[in-house]
Amino acid sequence: MIPAAFDYVRAGSADEALALLAEHGDEAKVLAGGHSLIPLMKLRLATPSVLVDVGRVDDLKYIRDEGDHVAVGALTRHRDVEISAVLRRDVPILAHATSHVGDPQVRHRGTIGGSLAHGDPASDLPAVLLALGATFVVAGRDGTREVAADDFFEGFLETAIGEGELLTEIRVPKVTGAGWSFQKFNRRAQDWAIVGVACVRRGDDQVGIGLVNMDSRPVHASAAEAAIASGASVEDAAAVADEGTEPAADLNASADFRRHLARVLTKRALAEATG
Amino acid sequence: MEISLTVNGNQVRHDVEPRTLLVHHIREALGLTGTNVGCDTSSCGACTVHLDGEAVKSCTVLAVQADGCTLTTIEGLAPSEDELHPMQQAFREQHGLQCGFCTPGMVMAATSLLDEIPDPSETEVRIGLEGNLCRCTGYHNIVQAVLAAAKTGKGGTRVAVQQ
Repeated sequence: MIPAAFDYVRAGSADEALALLAEHGDEAKVLAGGHSLIPLMKLRLATPSVLVDVGRVDDLKYIRDEGDHVAVGALTRHRDVEISAVLRRDVPILAHATSHVGDPQVRHRGTIGGSLAHGDPASDLPAVLLALGATFVVAGRDGTREVAADDFFEGFLETAIGEGELLTEIRVPKVTGAGWSFQKFNRRAQDWAIVGVACVRRGDDQVGIGLVNMDSRPVHASAAEAAIASGASVEDAAAVADEGTEPAADLNASADFRRHLARVLTKRALAEATG
Repeated sequence: MEISLTVNGNQVRHDVEPRTLLVHHIREALGLTGTNVGCDTSSCGACTVHLDGEAVKSCTVLAVQADGCTLTTIEGLAPSEDELHPMQQAFREQHGLQCGFCTPGMVMAATSLLDEIPDPSETEVRIGLEGNLCRCTGYHNIVQAVLAAAKTGKGGTRVAVQQ
């Protein structure tokens, strides 16, 4: 499988990338590690006429301790997130979940920003960043703006990144010492999650739960979060984990089975995060 | 677009179409057919090579993205014509292959794994090779081969690259 022909331009900096995106308009796609985009292009599900390669924009590759949060540059590779001492200490769920993205070869190339900008509801990381309540920094030609994780994922493969904009940083609140759990259900090594649950429990009544593959976009288990906030038990909260979601049916699972998985995995996740 | 690569120690320049996948460039322009195309969907790992010292799936990298990088393929692993790399030797001794199709990718993934975890447990080997599929062996002897190579202390690439 070979992608349709395109023009290739390489950006040396974030500003240069924004200028190239402005020049080429909606014909252009941003290429980071390429591990979401290139497969789509090989299947001809994406046929951009220009690729703006930001893979060498080294000033967007960093993991910085910023006091109450950790700032992760959008072009930081999964491998570097996985082994980051700062993230392992202060946001262990992100380092852990990232170690379950794809396989080692994929993690050597794929980037956190590329994965999030792709906006795939079946990806692991969006659910984790929803559970954490992260903030996304999006740059445009007129400066940067911050988007809450809850407002970032707008639809299937659609995010709040507008035309000509670039995701530059993910600000992840520190949850040092908080209970957490990442549950990924799949049938074979390296597969996408059939359903996944990311859970961060900051206190008795404060929990964030993100769901993988339970809707056309990454979503919260809002009813379960609300139940915990009002003092419900783990069992009672988990029983409503699928409420308000609209999971798809496919080769791997019916919608009902996905709902069942969401409830079971949320129960396990809440138990582990609470334990 | 012209790209320059250091391939198995040799500097090469080629004009490539931007949509050329690295694996096709390796096989067709560089003539190195040890790197296989298996699934073509970044699942099977048969196309695994080292880009700047790390295992990647060359079916999911554009040749233009590799411009200026150091590339090692299975052909570049052995220290000489008549000597195998310790990982290749271990695959041979432990019967870590049957049909051999996945083997170049397995060996490249395994050497990269030992660069990151020099003395892995069996579980770490199995998890570390989750990006490589073998349809013959059931993995048992492959895992034994990687563990045997690790015991030699030379199963990674750090030494080979420095030569």
